[in-house]
Amino acid sequence: MNRIKYTNPILLESESTVVVENNVRLYDGHQKTSFEGGELIITTHRILWGRPGAIARGQTCLALHLDLVVLVEEESSSAFSFSRSKKVLLHLSETTEESDGPQFTSYYNFIKLSFREGYSNNVIGVLNDLLQKRLWEPPSPEVSPQQHLPTIKLRTGIIGIERSLQEKQKATDESITVAFQDLDKLMSMAKEMVKLSRTISTKIKEKQGDITEDETVRFKSYLMSLGIDDPVTRDSYKSDNHYYRELAKQISDFLLSHVEEMGGMMALTDVFCRVNRARSLELLSPEDILNSCRIMESLGLPLKLYQFTSGVKVLQLSTMDNEIVAESTALLIEDNGSLSAEELSQRLGISITLAKERLLTTEKYGKCCRDDSIEGLRFYPNLFLTKEE
Amino acid sequence: MRRRAGLGAIQKQKLEQEKYKDKGNEIQENQFEQMTKQLEVFKVNLEEFASKHKNEIRKNPEFRRQFQDMCASIGVDPLSSGKGFWSVLGIGDFYYELAVQIVEVCLATNEKNGGLIGLDELRTRLIKARGQSKQHQEISKDDLMRAAQKLKIFGSGFNIIPMGKGKYMVQSVPGELSMDHSSILQQAEKNQAFISISYLRRELNWETERSKKALDHMVDQGLAWIDLQNPQEKLYYFPSLFTACVNSAS
Repeated sequence: MNRIKYTNPILLESESTVVVENNVRLYDGHQKTSFEGGELIITTHRILWGRPGAIARGQTCLALHLDLVVLVEEESSSAFSFSRSKKVLLHLSETTEESDGPQFTSYYNFIKLSFREGYSNNVIGVLNDLLQKRLWEPPSPEVSPQQHLPTIKLRTGIIGIERSLQEKQKATDESITVAFQDLDKLMSMAKEMVKLSRTISTKIKEKQGDITEDETVRFKSYLMSLGIDDPVTRDSYKSDNHYYRELAKQISDFLLSHVEEMGGMMALTDVFCRVNRARSLELLSPEDILNSCRIMESLGLPLKLYQFTSGVKVLQLSTMDNEIVAESTALLIEDNGSLSAEELSQRLGISITLAKERLLTTEKYGKCCRDDSIEGLRFYPNLFLTKEE
Repeated sequence: MRRRAGLGAIQKQKLEQEKYKDKGNEIQENQFEQMTKQLEVFKVNLEEFASKHKNEIRKNPEFRRQFQDMCASIGVDPLSSGKGFWSVLGIGDFYYELAVQIVEVCLATNEKNGGLIGLDELRTRLIKARGQSKQHQEISKDDLMRAAQKLKIFGSGFNIIPMGKGKYMVQSVPGELSMDHSSILQQAEKNQAFISISYLRRELNWETERSKKALDHMVDQGLAWIDLQNPQEKLYYFPSLFTACVNSAS
C-alpha cells in the first residue's frame, strides 16, 4: 500500500484510459482500508482510485504506477464466501522511493482491489495486457524500424519520404531520452567530484594538513583532466607536464620554417589552425596550444610566446628582438613616406593584425608617429627626434 | 562543571587541539583517497556513456547544448584539454575543428566586413563549406558560439557581441565595440544595412556629436562605408549586414 501515491488525475503524455469500474474498495494486503466505494480507472500507465466524482472533477486521487505491478491474479473466493464482490490481487515490487501517499509503510507486498458489484469489463485480462505492453516505457529503437520496414517498401513518393523522416525523428527522440537519462546520472557524479575537489583545493591553499607534494601534483592533474578551472592550480602545474613538453617540441619543429617565412612572427590563432589542420585527428584545444607555447622558451626551443600590450599573442623566433623589429619597420616607413597597417602587411606578406602590432611597437620605441584620422591609422617617421633644429 | 583554569587546563586544551588537527588531517587524507576512487569510478562510467552515446553527441545539437550547459553549471569545462577525461566523448575534435573553420571563414570575409560577421552568415557559410554529409550540417548557433569563445584566449580579438533579439555578431579583429556601436548596428540592421545621423537622432534621440563620434570610429575600423550620393547628408553602410554578402558565393 505504500507504493500508492496521492496525485491529481490529469493524464500523462500518451496515457489513455482503458477501463472504468465503480464501487471498488482497496485492501492493504488482507486488510481493509478506508478507501471504499470509489471509482477505479485503469489507464495505460497507472491505476487511479478516487471518491465518486472526484476524478471527473480533477480532485486529488490515489495512483499506482503499473510498473510496480508484478503479477495480477484473481482471488479465488472460498466456498463459504457469500459476497458478490470479486477480488483482484496485485503483487507489487519493492520500491525505495519515498512514499507520498496515504501509507508510509506496509507489511504486505500486495494489494487487493475489491469490486463490490463485480466487474463488467475483463479487468484481469486488461491488466495483464497492459503489463505486457508496458506502454509507459519509451519503446526501444530496435523494435520500431523492424516493424515499419515492410511498410516503407510499399510506399513511395512524398508520403513515403515524409513517413521515413518521421520515423527517423521518432527513433532519435527515443534514443535521446535514454541518452539524457544517462547524462543526468553522469552529471550528478561529476558534481560530487567537483565539490570534493573544491574542499581539497582550499586545504591546499591554506596549507593545512599533510598533503604531500606528490599528492598535490596528482590532484592538479586530476583537475586538469576533468577540466575544472581552479585558481590554486592553474599556473604552477602546467609547466611541469610531460605532455605539454612533448607537444611544445612537436609544434616548434613543425612551425619553425613557416614562422621564418612569415617574417619571424605568427599569431596564435594561425598556429592553432595550422597545427590542427595538419593533425586532422586528435585535435588540440586552444588551451593545450597556449600552454605548450608558454613553456617553449624555458625549454630552449627556437620559438617563443610573446604577448603584445594589446593582448595579441604570437609565436616568434627567439632570435627576434623588439628593437630590431622597430628599427627595420622605421626604415620601411621612411622609404615609403608613411605606412598604414594594410600597406605594411602587403609589403611584408604578414597579416594585418601583426603589421599593426609592429607599427605600434615601433611607435613605442619612439621611431615613428601616428596619424589617427577617419581615414585610418597611419604612421610617419618621427621627425621630432631626427630632424635637427 | 566549573570552568577549568590554570596550567593544567591550558595544556589539556593544547592536547585537544593537536588531536583535532590530527583527526582533521586523517579525514582529509581520506578525502583525497576518496577523490581518487571516485575519479576511477567516474572514468569507467564516462567511458560507458561514451560508448553508448558518442553518436548522439555528434549528431544532435540539442544534446550537445544540454551537455555543455550541465558541465558549465557544475563548473567543469569539457573542452579545456584535448587529453582530459572528456576526450573520450569525441566532442573536442568537433569543436576544435569548428573553431578552425570559423577562423578561416572570418579571415576570408575580413576584407569586406572589417572583421565583423553576423552569426547567421557565419553559419550559412560554414554549412556550405563543410560538406554534404548530413552529419556536417547539424551545427547550431550554440555550437558556433562555444567554439568562438574558445578562440578568445589567443587575444586576437575573437569576441561574440550580442545584438539583442537573439542575434549575434562575431568579431575577429581586435577592436572595441562600445554599447553605442552595438546600438548603431542594431539600428542599421532594421534599416537595410544603412543609417544616417538624422536617422539616429530620430530613432535613438542622440545628439549629432555622439552619433558622429561613434560612426567615425566605425569607419576608421573599416566596419562602415560612407555613401556621398545622398544630397542631404552622408549615409553609412555596414557590409557586415549586407544580405547580398550572405548570399554571395565569395
